[in-house]
Amino acid sequence: MPELALRAERLGKNFGGVRAVADLSIEIKRGEIHAVIGPNGAGKSTLINLLSGELAASTGEIRLGDTEITGLAPDKRARAGIGRAFQKTTIFPRFTVHENVRLAAQARSRAPLRMFGGASADPEVQSRTMQAIGKAGLAGREAIVANVLSHGEQRQLEIAMVLATGPSIILLDEPLAGMGQAEARGIIALIASLRAHHAVLIVEHDMDAVFELADKLTVMQDGQVIASGLPEDVRRHPAVRAAYLGNHGDAA
Amino acid sequence: MAALPQKQISRLPAWLLPVICLAAAIALPFVVPVYYVQFTSKVLILGVLAMALNLVVGQGGLVSLCHAAFFGLSGYVLALMSPKYDAASLLLTLPAAVLAASFAALVIGALALRTRGVYFIMVTLAFGEMLFYLFHDADFAGGSDGAFINVKPELTIAGVRLLDLDKPLTFYFVVLAVTVAAIALLVTVVRSPFGHALAAARDNERRARALGFPIFRIRLIAFVLSGALAGVAGYLAAVQFGFVAPQMLGWHQSATVLVMVLIGGLSTVTGPLIGALALLGLEEVLKATLEQWKLAEGLIVIAIVLLLPNGVRQLWPMLFGDAQPKPARGKQTTPAPTPAPETGHA
Amino acid sequence: MDLITFGVQFLNAVQYGMVLFLVASGLTLVFGILGVINLAHGAFYMLGAYLAYWIAAYTGNFLIALVGGVAIAFVLGLALESVFIRWLYGRDHLAQVLLSFGLILVIDEVRQLLFGKDVHSVAPPDWLSGSIQLTSNLSYPVYRLAICVFCLAVAALIFIVITRTKIGMIVRAGAENREMTRVLGIDYDKVNRLVFATGIALAALGGIVTAPISTVYPGMGDGMLILSFVVVVLGGIGSVAGAAIGALLIGLTDTFGKVFFPSVSGMLIYLLMAAVLLWRPNGILGRRDV
Repeated sequence: MPELALRAERLGKNFGGVRAVADLSIEIKRGEIHAVIGPNGAGKSTLINLLSGELAASTGEIRLGDTEITGLAPDKRARAGIGRAFQKTTIFPRFTVHENVRLAAQARSRAPLRMFGGASADPEVQSRTMQAIGKAGLAGREAIVANVLSHGEQRQLEIAMVLATGPSIILLDEPLAGMGQAEARGIIALIASLRAHHAVLIVEHDMDAVFELADKLTVMQDGQVIASGLPEDVRRHPAVRAAYLGNHGDAA
Repeated sequence: MAALPQKQISRLPAWLLPVICLAAAIALPFVVPVYYVQFTSKVLILGVLAMALNLVVGQGGLVSLCHAAFFGLSGYVLALMSPKYDAASLLLTLPAAVLAASFAALVIGALALRTRGVYFIMVTLAFGEMLFYLFHDADFAGGSDGAFINVKPELTIAGVRLLDLDKPLTFYFVVLAVTVAAIALLVTVVRSPFGHALAAARDNERRARALGFPIFRIRLIAFVLSGALAGVAGYLAAVQFGFVAPQMLGWHQSATVLVMVLIGGLSTVTGPLIGALALLGLEEVLKATLEQWKLAEGLIVIAIVLLLPNGVRQLWPMLFGDAQPKPARGKQTTPAPTPAPETGHA
Repeated sequence: MDLITFGVQFLNAVQYGMVLFLVASGLTLVFGILGVINLAHGAFYMLGAYLAYWIAAYTGNFLIALVGGVAIAFVLGLALESVFIRWLYGRDHLAQVLLSFGLILVIDEVRQLLFGKDVHSVAPPDWLSGSIQLTSNLSYPVYRLAICVFCLAVAALIFIVITRTKIGMIVRAGAENREMTRVLGIDYDKVNRLVFATGIALAALGGIVTAPISTVYPGMGDGMLILSFVVVVLGGIGSVAGAAIGALLIGLTDTFGKVFFPSVSGMLIYLLMAAVLLWRPNGILGRRDV
C-alpha cells in the first residue's frame, strides 16, 4: 500500500505586508508523529491553518499523496482525509458527546446529507461512532452534553470526532494546552496510539510531551523552518539551541 | 403520603398533545361559526409559512427577511395563471407556483448565502424588496392595486370536480391536511442526518466545515426547501382571499412571520405554528378593542423580545412550575436522543 | 444624450448619493460601533422629514426646522437607547431585527397620531431657492447644490470628530475592545448613547434636507431603509468611506438607470448589489478574511 503522505512545498502566506510563513516545506507520513515547535509568533498555527485549508496559501504547494490540494476548501480537504483539532476546543457545545461524534462519523458516511430517516439509522455510522468514543476514552459519557465536560474531556471529544471521520492525516494544534498532569498523560497515550494508522502532525509547547511523542521534529521561527529531522539531531542543532531550547535538552 | 413529584406531569406520552390538537382541529368546523373556521385557516396557512421559515432561522441559524417574497410570489403566479372568469387547474397552478417560489429561493439563496451574519439579513431584505418593487411598479399584475383571483382553482380529474375550494369547510380541511403534511415533512427533515448537519453548521460552522460538511450546499438546500413550503402557503393564502397584493411580498410581512417564529420558539418544529396562533389571536383582540392597535402590537413585540427570548414556552414554567431548567437564551438543538439504544427512528 | 442633460443628471446623482451617504453613515456607525442592526433607521428618516414639515409650518423658517428637527431626533435617540436599545448589545440578530421592527410599528403610529397620514411638502428657504448658472448653458437648482455642500460638511465634521477628538478616539477604541475601555474607567454606556443618538440624528437629518425636494409621505422611510442597507452592504459594514463609495454608486446607478432603462430602473440597484456580492461578499471596503 503506498504511503499516503501530506507534503507541503515552499509554502508561504502573507497578510498584507506581514509574512507569516515563508518558504516552508514539511512532510508527514503514516506511522509517524511529526511535532512542530517554536516560540510564539513563529507561524505554527498559520501552518496548520494552511494545511487544513482554513487559510489559502500565497505561494507554494500542498500535496496529499499524489493529489495536489493547494486550492481546496477546508471541507473538501476534510473529505479527502485530513482531520484537525483546533487550538481552542471546537466542538458542538449543545450536543451530547454521542451526537458530536456521530456527526463526525456522518460527515464521511455514504449519505451524509440524507434527508429522511433518523440520524442514527445507519449502522455503519453507529459503529464508527462507538469505536471512536471508546478509543478516545469517553466510553460511558455518551449522553453528557458537551459543554459540561471538563476541559480535558472536551479535548478528548474533539479527538474522538477527528477519529470518527476516519482520516489519514491528523493535525493537532496544541492538544495539551491547559491540561493538568493526569489529563495530559491520558491525551499523550491517546496521541501515541494514533501513530499506527495515521500520519500525525502536532504543534505543541509542552517539551516533555514533544520529546516523548515525536518521531520527527521541526522547529519554526519567524515563519520559517530553522531545523528539521530526528528529535535528537534537532536538539543539538546550534540555531535551535540559540533560539529556543536554551538549556532544556542539557539534562543528564 | 408524599405528593406526586412534579416531573410526573411531563411523563405523559409524547404523542398525546399532538393527537388532542389534531382531534380538536378536525372537530372545530362543526362547533364554531364559519368566521372562526376561516380565521383558523388563516392561522394554519401563516403557521406553515412560519414553520418553513424556522427551518432556516431555527435549525439553520440564519435570519432571513425575504420569505414573504416567496409567499407572495407563489400567490401572484396563481393570479397570473388564473383565467378571468374560469377556474384554474390546481394540478397545473400549484406546482407552477411552488416551482416559482423555489426558483426564487434558489437564486436569492445562492447569492445571499455567500454572505454571513448581518450581511445575510440585509441582503435577504434587499432581494425581498426587489421582488416587492417588481410587482408594485410594473403593470403586468395590477401594480400597487394587486390582482384578483375571481374563481378559485379546482382539482378536476377526468371531468370530475373533486375539490370545491370555495366552500370554507372544504378549504379548511385542505389547509389542515397541508399543515399536517408540512409538519410531518419538517419533522422528518429536522431529525434526518441532513437536519443534524444543518444544526451543526449553525452551532459551530468552523467545526462542521472541518469535518467535511459542505456548508453552502446544506444551507442552500434548506433555503430552497423552506422557500418551496413558503410557496405552498402563499398559494393557499391567495386562494383564501381571492386577491394578491404587493404587500404579501413586503419585508413587513417577512418580519411579522419572524415575530411568530420568535413567539412560538425556534427550537421546535411546531413552535412557529403556535406563534402564528398567538400573534393573529392577539391582533384580533387588539383590533377589536383599540384604535391604535398597531402601536400596542409594536410595544408587545418589543416586550416579548426583551422579556421572552425563548418564546411563549418560557411562560409555562413561570406559570405552572417545572422541574426542568431551560437554558438561558437562544435556540436549542433538536431534542437529544435518549441514552437507550437507538431504535432506528429518533 | 447631450452634455447639458448629462451634467444635470450627474449632479442629481451626486446630490442623491450625498443624502444616501448621510443616512447610510448613521446606519454603519450604529452597526459598526454598537453591533446593533437597526431596522427602524428608515423610520427616523421619515420622522425627520415630518418634523421638518411641522416645524417649518409652525415657525415659517426652514433653518429652525433643520436645527430643531436634528435636536429632537438626537434627544429621542438618547432616550431610546437608554430604554430599549441597550438591551440589544450582544443579543442575537433575530432579537435586534424584531425589536427594531417593533419600534417601526410604534414610530409609525406615533407619527400618525401627531401628523396624520397626509402627504406634505416643504418649501426650501428663500435664500436657497431658484437656480444658479453654472456654465453658459447649464443652470441647476441652488438648493440641491446646497445639499451636496452641506452633506460634505457634515461628513467632514464626523471625520474630524472621529479621528481628531478625544471622544472620537474613545468611540473607536470601544469598537475594537469594549472590555478594555471599561477597565480604563471610561463610561461606555454614555458613549453608546451618544453614538446611537448620532446615528439616528443623521437619518433624521437626511429626511430634513430631502423634504424640500421630495414629498413628505408615510412610506418614505421604507425606501430609504432598503437603500441605506444596500449602500452599507456595498461599501462594507463599519466603513464610512465604503458608505461614501456605495452611496455614490447607487446614486449614479439609480439616476442614470431611470434615464436609460426606465422600465427596470428599480431593479438595477439590486443587480448592482448582486454583482458586487459575487465579487466581494463583505462589501467593497469590508474585511476580506472573515
